[in-house]
Amino acid sequence: MAVPLDYFVILSAFLFAVGTVGVLVSRNLIVMFMSIEIMLNAANLALVAFSRRQMLMDGHVFVFLVMTVAAAEAAVGLAIIISLFRNRESINADQLDLMKW
Amino acid sequence: MLVFSVAAIIALASAVMVITVKNPIGSILFLIMSIMAQSVLYIMLSGLFLAAFLILVYAGAILVLFLFVVMLLNIRYADLGADKLGKLKPLAWVFGAALLGELVWVTMGATSTLGEVDPLFGSVPAVSRLLYGKFVYPFELTSILLLVAVVGAVIMAKREW
Repeated sequence: MAVPLDYFVILSAFLFAVGTVGVLVSRNLIVMFMSIEIMLNAANLALVAFSRRQMLMDGHVFVFLVMTVAAAEAAVGLAIIISLFRNRESINADQLDLMKW
Repeated sequence: MLVFSVAAIIALASAVMVITVKNPIGSILFLIMSIMAQSVLYIMLSGLFLAAFLILVYAGAILVLFLFVVMLLNIRYADLGADKLGKLKPLAWVFGAALLGELVWVTMGATSTLGEVDPLFGSVPAVSRLLYGKFVYPFELTSILLLVAVVGAVIMAKREW
């Protein structure tokens, strides 16, 4: 095991930044959702790396819980997207101003 | 080291492709690729249970759900409509770079090489003993979370507004 821990953590930082830029840049709701999944995965990678460092498996349980939350979030979010698409015929985030003002 | 570099480059490059590619189906497939590479990284960190779980749950369930929705909605990516961001778009990349710099700055200097590890670390029996022992209440609560999510998804998708 020649790879130092901070390589994994820095990779996780890179992935998190990519996810953030994805949320900011894209106007497609589905791509925004996928960027959120990238950010969750980046956090998971950091958790796994740190739990390997500490030799504690508690981090693995946290990753398990985060994945469950991600699944629930994807199910509800995609249902919202379907519902929006049926009403607005669009998944562009700029056109969804129902709750503005 | 070679395995790490290849997996890291694939994970990062496909994550960038997810947000740059125009076709949503393409971004879903790139996200699956990124997750496969991350699963290799989990194995390198001896998280065997999580590596299998990542592929099963993310690539197998969540992203197939995304794929279903994209196909269900039949979005032609030409008619996504006008982009109101316009000139502000480069600013998003600047913010992303700033965030990246901050994160890397924080994690710098935390150098530590990973030592020897117990062969059972991260294996299915070890993690599940923790799940059903120390963390049994959070674990059971996730079932309620999933139930609420299922009911909420059905209500959101079926209701007539």
